[in-house]
Amino acid sequence: MTSLITDREAETGMRLNIRAIAAIYRFEMARTWRTPLQSIVSPVLSTALYFIVFGGAIGSRMQAVDGVPYGAFIVPGLIMMSLLTQSIANASFAIYFPKFTGTIYELLSAPVAWWEAVIGYVGAAASKSMLLGLIILLTAAFFVPLRIEHPAMMLLFLVLTATTFSLFGFIIGIWADGFEKLQVIPLLIVTPLAFLGGSFYSIAMLPSFWQKVTLFNPVVYLISGFRWSFYSLADVSLGVSLGMTIFFLALCIGIVGWIFKTGYRLKN
Amino acid sequence: MAPMLMTSTSPIISVSGLSKTYSTGFSALKSVDLEIRRGEIFALLGPNGAGKTTLISIICGLVRPSSGTVLADGYDIIRDYRAARSTIGLVPQELTTDAFETVWSTVSFSRGLFGKPKNPALIEQLLKDLSLWDKKDTQIRRLSGGMKRRVLIAKALAHEPRILFLDEPTAGVDVELRQDMWQMVRRLKQTGVTIILTTHYIEEAEEMADRIGVISKGEIILVEEKTELMRKLGKKQLSLQLQQPIEALPAALAAFDLSLSQAGDEIVYTYDTQAERTGITTLLQGLAEAGIRFRDLSTSQSSLEDIFVSLVHAGDKERA
Repeated sequence: MTSLITDREAETGMRLNIRAIAAIYRFEMARTWRTPLQSIVSPVLSTALYFIVFGGAIGSRMQAVDGVPYGAFIVPGLIMMSLLTQSIANASFAIYFPKFTGTIYELLSAPVAWWEAVIGYVGAAASKSMLLGLIILLTAAFFVPLRIEHPAMMLLFLVLTATTFSLFGFIIGIWADGFEKLQVIPLLIVTPLAFLGGSFYSIAMLPSFWQKVTLFNPVVYLISGFRWSFYSLADVSLGVSLGMTIFFLALCIGIVGWIFKTGYRLKN
Repeated sequence: MAPMLMTSTSPIISVSGLSKTYSTGFSALKSVDLEIRRGEIFALLGPNGAGKTTLISIICGLVRPSSGTVLADGYDIIRDYRAARSTIGLVPQELTTDAFETVWSTVSFSRGLFGKPKNPALIEQLLKDLSLWDKKDTQIRRLSGGMKRRVLIAKALAHEPRILFLDEPTAGVDVELRQDMWQMVRRLKQTGVTIILTTHYIEEAEEMADRIGVISKGEIILVEEKTELMRKLGKKQLSLQLQQPIEALPAALAAFDLSLSQAGDEIVYTYDTQAERTGITTLLQGLAEAGIRFRDLSTSQSSLEDIFVSLVHAGDKERA
């Protein structure tokens, strides 16, 4: 009888299912380690190719940007680009696949709050892309002269961006009802925004009309802030960058909250 | 906040006024009321599309009810969803498993997901009970369909639920697994776990269940003790194999519901087990007086399947 009472106390007393968060997080990280070539080596290699081409080969013929050699100038933008694409890819696949195979039934039937599931999935996706970002940073150090003037801000941008875009990927994964939809937004929207967000150039290099248009691109703020943490160079002020990044984060949290409240594409 | 300690007589699941209309306008459940008793094996019978899976899915949290309430061991499945879901284990109908996880890790994952501390000894025992122990480090995709079904059962039991839902547990399952599964269900029942299974294989319900509910077109049309159901609705037949074929039934026995086989060597008497008198003695006396002698006799009782078919059809006629 006593065990029954403690059971009931444990059940009603469960305010935070930390074990579920840990289980989801470990499950997702295990998926990464199972496929190291696809998860880690391939994105690092494809980014390293940019350093070799733009840093080593072409970079020597390019003008330095505000005193920063071109090869070094593009590093923050490249890291941001892989952070965006990898965060989205990780998180969207993580939630889409259980939906596709049907294994999501277990998550929906478990005593797990929606935000706990999000912490598990998004936390794992963000951890993985941050790890990638750091590996790419280390790789870059072999090819181009790097300096990081504000390491704490750099880490903050890394965490904020990885989290925001993992959330965004999570939303895409829930919205997608086919593999094509899973690819459409990353390929057709995020990749162009990342390329046009100032990964390879300073906005100041654009004609004045395009300088204004480009401010509608959210990626501009991420790259600008991140680059500032390296070289104290920014297209828009640090405060605006940080503010916009936090705004996107809040927006994504809001949408994910709405998804779980309404059961959108998860429950009938 | 916390519901009172449940007494052993209170229902472990209590469904009231539960309706579900899907966005397509399809009404899968129409104000269902149902109580499941603590520790019983309850079989929910019904044809495909009757609402069995919808009912289970709502109780387990996979589908939102349109209206009505469900209490699982006293906990409201929506307001106290954590407590309610902690008590429930679900084995889904489809073989939905991860592909690349090992058996051990997927079952351990389930326990964690339900917020229970690690317990390798318990999982070891579970895998041994389900004949999965030698497969514990095998990736699930390398398992046969039957083995995957066992994995799903292990996952559902990993958090030691007090209520176990088995949705069509033996669909496409071989005899050996079916036997293993029923043994396991009986063991679980002994430890006090309540088991609710859906099936359209009536032999299963007949063999396993304490009580049977019949659902048809989103309505529970009957809930009854299995033995009571069999007794109430069961018709019995007495077959008499005659020593000598006869041409016609004696007129003196016209009051009995008799039929004579074409060859004239067998008489079948259909009678109601519910009736005060079955009339067997009188019939046999009448036969003896008419000089009809028989060499053998047998009785048979209608199966749940017959009962079920007649129930569902009776409902159809009423609605028509």
